[in-house]
Amino acid sequence: MADAVALPAPMTRRVPGRLWIVPPTALLALLFFYPLALIARQAFFDDSGVANVAEFARVLHARFFLNALMNTITISVAATAGCLIVGLVLGLILAFVPFPGSGVIARLIDTFIALPTFLVTLAFTFLYGSAGMLNAGLMEMFSLHAPPVDFLYSTWGVILAEVTVYSPFVLRPLLAAFSLIDRGQIEAASVLGARPFRIVRQVILPAAVPALIAGGSLCLLLTVNEFGIVLFIGAKGVITLPLLIYSKAIQESAYQVACIIAVVNIVLSLGLFGLYRLAAGRLGV
Amino acid sequence: MSVPAFTGSNVVDVDAAKIRGAGSNVHFDKVSVAYGTHVVLHPLTLDIAPGEILAMIGPSGSGKTTALRAVAGFVKPASGRIRIGATDVTDLPPYERGLGMVVQNYALFPHMRVEDNVAFGLRAQGADKALIGERVKDSLATVGMSGFAGRYPRELSGGQQQRVAIARALAVRPRVLLLDEPLSALDAQIRRNMVEEIAKLHRDLPGLTILYVTHDQTEALTLADKIAIMRDGRVSSHGATGELYRRPPNRFTAEFLGRANLLPVTVAEAAAGPKGMATAKLGDAVLAGAGRSEKPGDRTLLCIRPQHLSLTGDEEHTNRIVGTLKEVHWQGELTHLVLDVDGTPVRVSATRLPVSLPERGSAMPLFFTPGDTSLVPEDVRG
Repeated sequence: MADAVALPAPMTRRVPGRLWIVPPTALLALLFFYPLALIARQAFFDDSGVANVAEFARVLHARFFLNALMNTITISVAATAGCLIVGLVLGLILAFVPFPGSGVIARLIDTFIALPTFLVTLAFTFLYGSAGMLNAGLMEMFSLHAPPVDFLYSTWGVILAEVTVYSPFVLRPLLAAFSLIDRGQIEAASVLGARPFRIVRQVILPAAVPALIAGGSLCLLLTVNEFGIVLFIGAKGVITLPLLIYSKAIQESAYQVACIIAVVNIVLSLGLFGLYRLAAGRLGV
Repeated sequence: MSVPAFTGSNVVDVDAAKIRGAGSNVHFDKVSVAYGTHVVLHPLTLDIAPGEILAMIGPSGSGKTTALRAVAGFVKPASGRIRIGATDVTDLPPYERGLGMVVQNYALFPHMRVEDNVAFGLRAQGADKALIGERVKDSLATVGMSGFAGRYPRELSGGQQQRVAIARALAVRPRVLLLDEPLSALDAQIRRNMVEEIAKLHRDLPGLTILYVTHDQTEALTLADKIAIMRDGRVSSHGATGELYRRPPNRFTAEFLGRANLLPVTVAEAAAGPKGMATAKLGDAVLAGAGRSEKPGDRTLLCIRPQHLSLTGDEEHTNRIVGTLKEVHWQGELTHLVLDVDGTPVRVSATRLPVSLPERGSAMPLFFTPGDTSLVPEDVRG
């Protein structure tokens, strides 16, 4: 056997400059963590710096807060359910029903993501508002004195607007998931005697579950924090958490109350965001 | 239309012929398929008899998969009708045709266990629980996968997944089994085993009609009762496997099926009948082979398979040609020689070589029997 050859000692691996952590951390702290900390501080301490948990508890039990919380949850859950249904139906049609121009339509729907949310609300007022096209047409057609369609300025109007705006957030991951489904599975199922509804239920949907969860979680997160649509519609009695924060902080100058509600809103959002990341991780997006 | 496989009367035919379905014939009646103005399948008229394995082979884009997909119902014919048994299925959706299908990538449902994959078609057709259990058990036993019922597809090898795909197709007692390149995704060794297993499967289920699409001539030769060779969206030739191999009707068939040597010759003496022997001249050599309807003086091709060429002559190997040895490739059990015969490369597959092989570039005689030789028309279209 040949003599062993002494290998040169491995070079010390150069550690990347640890100081690089400072700029992003400083930026995050300045723009994100510090303002959050200020909100949390304002929520739990009064102006003299004394802890004021009683005020926190009082706000959490106040009727205006509970109503806003209930409205927020109701609207976001209903809008998310609507987004899931609309996104799923549209996704199935766009992905599996061959028709010319399906790609163009998919991209057009995508453009909704790029538009400010209140634009849809504005369009809705032209369509379904008191003096909108629908009401004007119906009033003229049936000689009515008052607009017959009056859902826009209610919870339903907010939900419809949010479904319209946020359905593409479900559609996009769904289309990605559908594109990964082996067409051979669908054809095999069909040859074996499965009709389209069974194929959707037993072959397509199981493959799309992670996409539905990811899209649904994102919708829930966005609708919980939706401000523009609710404000723009101005539905009577429809106050959500973001609107309540705005109202308390800007209109009533009740900063501590606004911050307490904001803390609840943040906790709710972070919880939903965690759910979204979990689902998105499973989907691999 | 209801799929006939699960009417009550079928429930009793388990045991001796547990998976044996009553195979139906398939009839293509001038079926053509076009995408816009591009015709991918020219009017095709073809019959597959009940219990027959028909292999459709041909190069990519020849229309073989299109023909299979037209039978399955995934491609709408531009013209013509397709009948399965007595039923005109041309306008029926795939789920009403009573077929089984196995594709190249298995297409198993990844979220279902093996037993649920196999039971899928039965459930879709509304079979009762007891029948489903029985059929799943029988089908898995037929393909030797009984021990894997509780596994997910991802826990199986490629060959095992393909067996499950076959069991899934068999479980519904298809009138016709469609196999679309079913072994292409497997490696060579497993593919050889699977070919043997499919051959055994058909011996066990002789009533099952199978349309087998492949580009692999070995699979077709091993399994098929008949072969249809496709080229440019048309059937180039169709016939019994042995006959097509022994007496290819055109150049394309001879070259595609078994890579025959084709020597340009001039007919000297016509055959006495359609199966008689003709003689043809290649340079100074006069060679005998099975003729067709050639006339003396016709330019044609003499077809001889590489394994039928011998390096030594005897009283049987009366045809003799001389070529120049160009290449020698030893491949273990076979040695492949390439010779130049009057400007035409001629391949020889020899199991045994003479003690002293001539040097490359030397002249070397080759011998073959007239019975292994046939004349093939020089047909530009094939």
